[in-house]
Amino acid sequence: MGGLSLRGLSKSYGSLDIMRDLSLEIADGEFAVFLGPSGCGKSTLLRMVAGLEAPTSGEIHLGNRRIDAIAPGERGVAMVFQNYALYPHMTVKQNMAFGLRNVGTPRDEIASKIAIAAKMLEIAHLLDRKPGQLSGGQRQRVAIGRAIVKQPEVFLFDEPLSNLDAALRSRTRIELARLHQRVQSTMIFVTHDQVEAMTMATRIVVMNHGRIEQVGAPMEIYRKPSTRFVASFIGSPSMNFLPVVQAGESDGRALVRLADGTVVATEILSASVPRSGEMTLGVRAEHVTPGSGTAARVDVVERLGERTLVYAIVDDGSTIVYDEPGDVAPAIGEHVRLSLDPANVMLFDAAGLAYHAEPRA
Amino acid sequence: MSGAILPAPSQRTATTGSGIGMSAWANMFFVLPYIIVVVALVIAPLFLGIWLSFQDYDMLGGWAGGVAFENYTNLFSDRIFLGTIRNTLLFVVMTTPAFVVVGLFLAITLNSHLRRHAVLRSVFFASSVLSVTVVTLVWRLVYLPNQGLLASVTNLLGLPGIDPVTSETWALPGVAVVTVWWIIGLPMTLFLAALQQIPKEIYEAAALDRASRWATLTSITLPSIRRTIVVVTLLEVILQFQLFGQALLITGGGPDNRSRPMVQFIYETGFRDLQVGFAAAASQVLFALMLVAAIVQFWVGRSRDER
Repeated sequence: MGGLSLRGLSKSYGSLDIMRDLSLEIADGEFAVFLGPSGCGKSTLLRMVAGLEAPTSGEIHLGNRRIDAIAPGERGVAMVFQNYALYPHMTVKQNMAFGLRNVGTPRDEIASKIAIAAKMLEIAHLLDRKPGQLSGGQRQRVAIGRAIVKQPEVFLFDEPLSNLDAALRSRTRIELARLHQRVQSTMIFVTHDQVEAMTMATRIVVMNHGRIEQVGAPMEIYRKPSTRFVASFIGSPSMNFLPVVQAGESDGRALVRLADGTVVATEILSASVPRSGEMTLGVRAEHVTPGSGTAARVDVVERLGERTLVYAIVDDGSTIVYDEPGDVAPAIGEHVRLSLDPANVMLFDAAGLAYHAEPRA
Repeated sequence: MSGAILPAPSQRTATTGSGIGMSAWANMFFVLPYIIVVVALVIAPLFLGIWLSFQDYDMLGGWAGGVAFENYTNLFSDRIFLGTIRNTLLFVVMTTPAFVVVGLFLAITLNSHLRRHAVLRSVFFASSVLSVTVVTLVWRLVYLPNQGLLASVTNLLGLPGIDPVTSETWALPGVAVVTVWWIIGLPMTLFLAALQQIPKEIYEAAALDRASRWATLTSITLPSIRRTIVVVTLLEVILQFQLFGQALLITGGGPDNRSRPMVQFIYETGFRDLQVGFAAAASQVLFALMLVAAIVQFWVGRSRDER
């Protein structure tokens, strides 16, 4: 057993750079989620760990072994593919046994390993069926079972939930989290779905354009995104972004002015914020309260059951979404006033770098 | 109660039935040209051939009435004809596995996006477009006693000379080699098409499952293209039973009838000796053999499929 260490990984196809000098440490037993939009390099990174893609340069270490130059099967990793990649002509049992047979595992040991995994995944009654006779969710379980029986040091999941329907997806999320607690192996999970990342990860690795934007625990990434990209990618609804200009300071904390002239107080140390340049204010829907403050006109009301979202348009034309605290939502076209919670407002500079509130001593 | 319910559905069935009938007759016009061609050129000759095989029909002497099974009894006491059955079966047994194995080998080797593999695919397929005359001409040069390419190579290596044209042992294998060389392109192409249908992830999963190259071939590739293997085998069995041109042009059926195929026998009795009834009977034997071989192949392929 051991942690995974990616050191200075680069990948390019001809002159096209997919990834440049990426380094990351994943601790033993961690559930790491690579999160990012399609084309950000997260799957390529996973495939490099699996050995299905060779890095152009850099090293991959698992425990105290360097694994980037050895064959996929000898790395101690198992992978669950997006389309499951089950062997269509083999039964479920044969699918699960194939990897074990190839390394000469004794017959009765194979049988007992399959029995344990099948029981854990509740697929014991499917063992003699072929993949073509299974539903999507069942195939998914078989694919996970095929990985489990190998008892790998690292499990790799390549968007395994994207072919499941919504109900099954949320159930499988919980089962995977449970599986992780049970087997205690390192798991790397690739997804573009932030809900999957937030619910399962012990640590999220947010990627964009072949670079790591931020690495952190789910709530840390949610509360303190380090870049505007992370802030916009994580959270539903997406964070509100409003163009602002700096309006001096109060008590060492930055003040900013919205397009309509409203001055917004923040808890961000003004000394930490660059003096010049365009700034963008970021605030999440739950930190905007109706009552007083900047004027806006209600555009759309979304009732989600447990919360109601109101999309309102401010003077400069940008949209602010906020949580309506009461049960009675305002009517469309109604004028409201919105205030932003100073402790939860963040600023982004022109390069997209974030500045966060500092708690007062 | 049931009496009240029943009439309604039966009425509805009647109306739809006549509707389908109308359109079916209209559809017939679209398939009519095809049906005419099939009846005139396939079905009628088939039955005419069967009828002829029971007649004493000579192109010079004319029709001399039915002879029941006499043509067939004569055939099965004809040592040359029995020899051609043996030769044809041997030829099918020699070539069909070669087409499957060599075709598969070429397809697996050349199944990539490399430019040189694309060139080689074209090269291996190119010979298929040549006519049998050109192919046999080339191979007669290869098989030329003492001076041909084969003789030069065996001389160079100090091996005993092989002379397919005049050797009773090597005549049929010689023809088989020419045939495989000539039309290996078709099985190769069919296998290539099948190989390209196998999803890449399955091979990746196999790599992660530590499958050796051999295990990957036997456990992943071959089972995935099993249907194509059956199709190629069936196709080649049917094609190779009809051996004629190569044998006629390279060995002329000799030496001592050791490479004379059934089609050549049919051709010679029918078109040289003009005994049409006798030739028709031989044709029916060939037809029956091909039918049996095809059915056995199909049945073996299917029963394995169901397992």
